[in-house]
Amino acid sequence: MEVMFILIGASITVASVFLLAFIWAVKSGQYDDRYTPSVRILFEENTPAKSENKKL
Amino acid sequence: MPKQQEILTKPICYHCGEDCAEEIFYDEKLFCCAGCKAVYELLFQNNLCSYYSLETHPGINLKESGAGIKFNYLDDKETASRIIEFSNDEITKVSFYIPTIHCSSCIYLLEHLYKIDHTVVNSKTDFTQKKVFITYKTKETSLRKVAELLSNIGYEPAINIDDLTENEKPKILKKLYYKIGIAGFCFGNIMLFSFPEYLSFGNIETYYKFLFGYLNILLAVPVFFYCASDYFKSAYLGLKQKHINLDVPISLGIAVIFLRSVFEVVSGFGAGYFDSLTGLIFFLLIGKLIQTKTFDFLNFERNYKSYFPISVTVLKNKSETTIPINKLVKGDRIIIRNGELIPADSILFKGNANIDYSFVTGESTPVEKVFGEIVYAGGRQEGDVLELEVIRDVSQSYLTQLWNNEAFKKAEEQKNKLNDVIAKYFTFITLAVALTAGAFWLNKDIKIAVNVFTAVLVIACPCALALAGPFALSNTMRIFGKNNFYLKNTGVIEKLSKIDSIVFDKTGTITQVKNAELSYYGNLLSNSELMEIKSLVKNSTHPLSRRIYESIKSDGEFTLENYKEFPGKGIKGITGQNEYKIGTLEFVSAGEIKNDESENKASKVYVSKNGKLKGYFLILNYFRKGLNELVSSLREDKTLSVLSGDNDNEKENLSQIFGDETDMRFYQKPEDKLDYIKALQEKSKKVLMIGDGLNDAGALKQSDAGIAVTESVTCFSPSCDAILGSEKFRDLNTYLNFSKTTMNIIKASFAFSMLYNFVGLFYAVQGTLSPIVAAILMPVSSISVVLFAIFLTDFFAKRRKLL
Repeated sequence: MEVMFILIGASITVASVFLLAFIWAVKSGQYDDRYTPSVRILFEENTPAKSENKKL
Repeated sequence: MPKQQEILTKPICYHCGEDCAEEIFYDEKLFCCAGCKAVYELLFQNNLCSYYSLETHPGINLKESGAGIKFNYLDDKETASRIIEFSNDEITKVSFYIPTIHCSSCIYLLEHLYKIDHTVVNSKTDFTQKKVFITYKTKETSLRKVAELLSNIGYEPAINIDDLTENEKPKILKKLYYKIGIAGFCFGNIMLFSFPEYLSFGNIETYYKFLFGYLNILLAVPVFFYCASDYFKSAYLGLKQKHINLDVPISLGIAVIFLRSVFEVVSGFGAGYFDSLTGLIFFLLIGKLIQTKTFDFLNFERNYKSYFPISVTVLKNKSETTIPINKLVKGDRIIIRNGELIPADSILFKGNANIDYSFVTGESTPVEKVFGEIVYAGGRQEGDVLELEVIRDVSQSYLTQLWNNEAFKKAEEQKNKLNDVIAKYFTFITLAVALTAGAFWLNKDIKIAVNVFTAVLVIACPCALALAGPFALSNTMRIFGKNNFYLKNTGVIEKLSKIDSIVFDKTGTITQVKNAELSYYGNLLSNSELMEIKSLVKNSTHPLSRRIYESIKSDGEFTLENYKEFPGKGIKGITGQNEYKIGTLEFVSAGEIKNDESENKASKVYVSKNGKLKGYFLILNYFRKGLNELVSSLREDKTLSVLSGDNDNEKENLSQIFGDETDMRFYQKPEDKLDYIKALQEKSKKVLMIGDGLNDAGALKQSDAGIAVTESVTCFSPSCDAILGSEKFRDLNTYLNFSKTTMNIIKASFAFSMLYNFVGLFYAVQGTLSPIVAAILMPVSSISVVLFAIFLTDFFAKRRKLL
């Protein structure tokens, strides 16, 4: 049953990765505006990928 | 296709979708004005016509938005530096707030600015915040040019220096997201570790139990100390001020579960309730997020709309024009008359300033200022006309703030409002129920006792109750704002709903002086005499003086000495070495001739020069449109009175409209009006005063609710509770009734949320409701009550055609 310790450690690590991913997503501003990108993606030409876009 | 049909049946502008008064054709398309055509041309040349295919008629009508506004003040380095977010030799980053953003075409155009102007490197839009973030080449263009580019295509940026300090909000929202993320993470993992307990394997080995218990504590600690911190802070702040707020029972519940669970795990007594605790906080936070989002949406529209229409007289090329206050820029020469408010910090150029700063400081003794001195925004001139040069940009938010200044809080506002009272009692009752139920179960089963105690606290939390009020009220305020009826704060709605008597001011309120017909009878006035009279009436804010002032076209001005205004009588002063008196016959003739009462439907303003009667101006009074209907609907359940500072010429006309039982008083001085309202209030009447906002400031302040009716030219008076656009005067009764409806909606929402509470409590005290279910139910109830309140206000507003 010692394998439980490994499993628990693994599950928490995986979960933590997702938590960190979420925190990173909030920090990088993906939650600031949840409407405009949905419209932007439908424009035919792409806006030039400049410094602003890299942030996302 | 319905789109095409529309175009065929009615001439509609291809750009903005407005009806075309004049038809301008370009590229086989119809435009309503040269401005719209110019924008189309620009987009066409730059191959940006997808703008028109994303939405139909997405453009902004340039006639209304006033395109081509100059942003000269942005050339000022200091001003620019306050707006620019980042700048180096190559690029500059800036963000503008653009209220006119409204559809996906707007996003399209604003994000393709670089095609129109190659100095723009890149632009990004935030639709929800109505902001555009622009990066441009520092050397090739300037902030002013960028702002003008936006304004030329119909997206005029609203630049308000104070906006910049408002960046706190996204940070708070970000924090909430972090908290939700962490709470969700901990909640999920704790659930996982609690599974053995749920499934109650009898033979879990002790060291696993230990491990899971301590892991749970570890995971619960950040939730308890970080995610739930706002509740503790708010409860603590409330208690510090000896005020039990809604977060007290929640914090208490959370603290009890946490301590109890830690105790159980450490003592090896049980597994604790960490799953309930973290789940509770997770769901509470999600509820909070939804509330914030909804409230922001309501607020956004309100904040923008609630910039009431103040305007100011500007001197340009020796002629006077009125412009909206937000168009006022540094360097403008402005004219401030007796009783008007100074909209921006300025330097005194002409006139004897005698400024009352009571709106700002509370000190009412006027301060004298001489030529060259600085006068600060918010002061109010008493006496002569002033000519000022604006030295700092106007901050509308500052004026709005002034309107909400403590000094103008009416005494009654300090008393608790409906909402506060209910919330307070409710918290106490909840606490009592929780303690009793907890104590009852304590003898039988300590586990159930803790469960019951926390479940009661959580389910009965009056959040829904506390939310219904603010949401319904701010939605109503938003609806009123859309109808040109601007309220000072949401508290005014409650007051409006209780009104049972209404006092009208006459001139400028129920009669319309602007554009009224004016003629002069008597000895002919020479040009210089006209100019002298103009110089004198210029000082007065009385509607009739303003009308005479507007009618005299001759230019040129005389110095004025010994100006004095006699409320209800007239004005006098020495201009160009002649002493003039302008006002009622009795006043002008120094009491020798009594006022004649023969003439109807008109006001006569007499003029005397050096004690000799010259003649009179006859100004035909027009009653405001819809006055008849308004009065007859108001008379049904309210007592009406008319107070007038002028003569009683019109008594007959007025009584035809108002009926005989209406109290009508004439020759009323401002103090008389105030006393009259006081007398009514002593009879425990709730009085609504409707005036022009200047000559009856005292009465407006004394009344339970004071409404200032304004033409486009308004004099800002902080003493009123609401500003009503004069064209909406006839709808007054609709607004009053709608306030009543709103209060009823709030009561209904209370009843609705009580229902939740009773059902929840019924199960909670029996110990059959786990705190986790309660934690899910609670945000659900809050959100449904909020939606209920918003939906109903919108519904009734639509029925009354307010939306």
